[in-house]
Amino acid sequence: MLSRVADSIYWMSRSLERAENVARFIDVNLNLMLDSEVLEGAQWRPLIITSGDLALFEARYGEATKESVIRFLTFDTANPNSILSCVSSARENARSVREIISSEMWEQANRFYHLIREAAEGEAILRNPHAFYTSVKMESHLFDGITGTTLTRSEPWHFLRLGKMLERADKTSRILDVKYFFLLPSPDWVGSAIDGVQWAALLRSASAFEMYRKRHRRITPEKVANFLILDRFFPRSISFCLFVAQESLRAITGTPENQYRNVAEQRLGQLVARLNYSDIEEIMKEGLHEFIDALQLQLNRIDDAIHETFFAIPKVSGSAFPPQKNLGQ
Amino acid sequence: MNTLLRNYDPGNFYDELVISPGIPRPSAKLFFELLDSLPTGELERLQKAAETALYRMGVTFTVYNDGRGLEKIMPFDIIPRVVGAKEWRVVEEGLKQRITALNLFIDDVYGKQMILRDRVIPEDLVLSSTAYRPECRGIRVPGGIWCHVTGSDLIRDRSGEFFVLEDNLRCPSGISYVLENRHVLKRTFADSFATSRICSVDDYPLRLLESLESLAPHTDSPTVVLLSPGVYNSAYFEHSFLAQQMGIELVEPADLHVVDGLLTMRTTRGPRRVDVVYRRIDDDFLDPTVFRADSLLGVPGIMEVYRAGRVALANAPGTGIADDKAIYAWVPKMIDYYLKEDPILKNVPTWICSDPREREHVLSNLSTMVVKTTNDSGGYGMMIGPSASRAEQEMFRERILANPRHYIAQETLSLSRAPVLIGDHLEGRHVDLRPYIIYGKEIYVTPGGLTRVALKKDSLVVNSSQGGGSKDTWVLKD
Repeated sequence: MLSRVADSIYWMSRSLERAENVARFIDVNLNLMLDSEVLEGAQWRPLIITSGDLALFEARYGEATKESVIRFLTFDTANPNSILSCVSSARENARSVREIISSEMWEQANRFYHLIREAAEGEAILRNPHAFYTSVKMESHLFDGITGTTLTRSEPWHFLRLGKMLERADKTSRILDVKYFFLLPSPDWVGSAIDGVQWAALLRSASAFEMYRKRHRRITPEKVANFLILDRFFPRSISFCLFVAQESLRAITGTPENQYRNVAEQRLGQLVARLNYSDIEEIMKEGLHEFIDALQLQLNRIDDAIHETFFAIPKVSGSAFPPQKNLGQ
Repeated sequence: MNTLLRNYDPGNFYDELVISPGIPRPSAKLFFELLDSLPTGELERLQKAAETALYRMGVTFTVYNDGRGLEKIMPFDIIPRVVGAKEWRVVEEGLKQRITALNLFIDDVYGKQMILRDRVIPEDLVLSSTAYRPECRGIRVPGGIWCHVTGSDLIRDRSGEFFVLEDNLRCPSGISYVLENRHVLKRTFADSFATSRICSVDDYPLRLLESLESLAPHTDSPTVVLLSPGVYNSAYFEHSFLAQQMGIELVEPADLHVVDGLLTMRTTRGPRRVDVVYRRIDDDFLDPTVFRADSLLGVPGIMEVYRAGRVALANAPGTGIADDKAIYAWVPKMIDYYLKEDPILKNVPTWICSDPREREHVLSNLSTMVVKTTNDSGGYGMMIGPSASRAEQEMFRERILANPRHYIAQETLSLSRAPVLIGDHLEGRHVDLRPYIIYGKEIYVTPGGLTRVALKKDSLVVNSSQGGGSKDTWVLKD
């Protein structure tokens, strides 16, 4: 497929996943506030840190309040990672690959965009934010469902899944990092009395609460980290996402298992291997924050390599074709 | 009769629906009865539902206001325009004849130039046109076909006779609206489609693909692509729609490169050869090494590959010479010269300002004429005499005198009208008709085409860039 098209599909998918995750962060925080006695600012600032846009936020709004954070993360078009920015860029990407994706996918991307844009014009969201963020998640799920049932399992599908899985791995790692830092600033705290409500909220923002319960019952920080990083079966855990991403990358190139033919495959393979042979005690000993920092760096390098390998193919100067006879007309 | 139809006044025009108030034209009788059977408010409801469907499908364009993009659907009216089988046959035959002659003309002016040597058309008029491409002289195109896709604009006068207003032989757009409008109307008036015997337009993409594939004789499975300027082009929706319907790649100039004398596209698996390009990008921006060197668009070297016969381009570069509006005036002469036939479809009477006698006539009748520049489209650069102010007329007089080759003038015809739903009632609005013609192994004319409506009251300008809308066009079977 065309490099430009692959690029657009990859980013369309990443942007939608990003929008969904922003909605998750905000929604959980809103719920948490109902149960919490923490000062308002202290509750909302970590959200901005999770999104990685603290400097931009402070320049535009100064103090973190419920209203300012919601506005910045949801509708602010000056923030490239706001829900509105993500969904509208996903839609522009979808528009540029309409002939590749199914019409149903395009219509859904279009519908999703109009929903957010219309919400941005009204004030209704501040009256019932929970309903709004739930609908953002559902629109994103609907897009996934439509994609799963209408798109052929060929190259476009795999670029789409690759983008989605890398984005999801990144977001799960961010939310874990920030929450962990605030909930458990020092490794010495491990084992001390913990705030069960906060930990449950962390799991909920990754839709992981019930699934965690089935597997581990009691909530301990270590087990939560274990579940979100290393669980092989939970679809939002980092390990799971990267495993699936690797599957799609191999499907794109046709490279056999346990081998690599380009830098993207090499880097992703190294990261998956690392996770496959890690355990949570080791990670905690090294420091969770340090571990996640390194992980995010590697995710960025994988993204760079995907770009280099598939999207930015340099002009060919040598002979790419066998000599041709003059075909005439 | 319901109030909707009872209150519709066709006025002193040829009306597409009725002969006189309450009396339908024979071809529109069935649809008229359907309209009559609708309960009060139903037509408005159907119009709303159709608009919602178009909005959802993203058949929209963006209007920029206060720096914020506002999405609008292409204005669309729910009431179809019905054309009878017999009147359509004349249009179809007339267009086939016209396109055959126009294609022979293009082949001739880039070949032996017999029509110029025989002094049938002034040589100077052709060679001075900005749309004439000396770079295309001597090129042999597959099957001798230059204009693979044409859209000719037709209008009807007070008597109902069809005239050709202009021909578009570069990159005519609008076919996607024809197909989408039909899609929506089929859902809206399903019963009519069961009983009225309406000619289908749905096979257009397939016919276009077949004609494009036939341009690459050296391979059985050619790679055909649609070349678009990109997502910010106003016709982008159509580009992606057609690529999707034909199942071909939609490429932008940056996706294409010339490698080893072949045209290739950049894919995730390296370069891949392209055999046929359906280009929706103007000659000027095709190849910066040949046409406009200042253009940042385009595919450097594509013309060289084309000249060597290693890629086919549709439409062929250079076809614009045949839709120069000064050349248009000579089409009846071309038909006579190449085909020894009388034109089946007439031209609108036209005066060429570079001719001193005709210019004199134009300048003394400015207030009754439509003045157009010879090389613009989209309804830009024109003056409609009867509605132009004194000052505007003076401005055009000066422009014509300064650059006569750049202008033509036409009689102001009384364009036919069709009813349009305005609020809760019907009003007559002027319409034209753009059928699309595919020149492949044979010539195919879409039954119907895009009916464009001047939505502003009394306006004669139907272009979408000037507030025009569209209607579905139903051509009935025999």
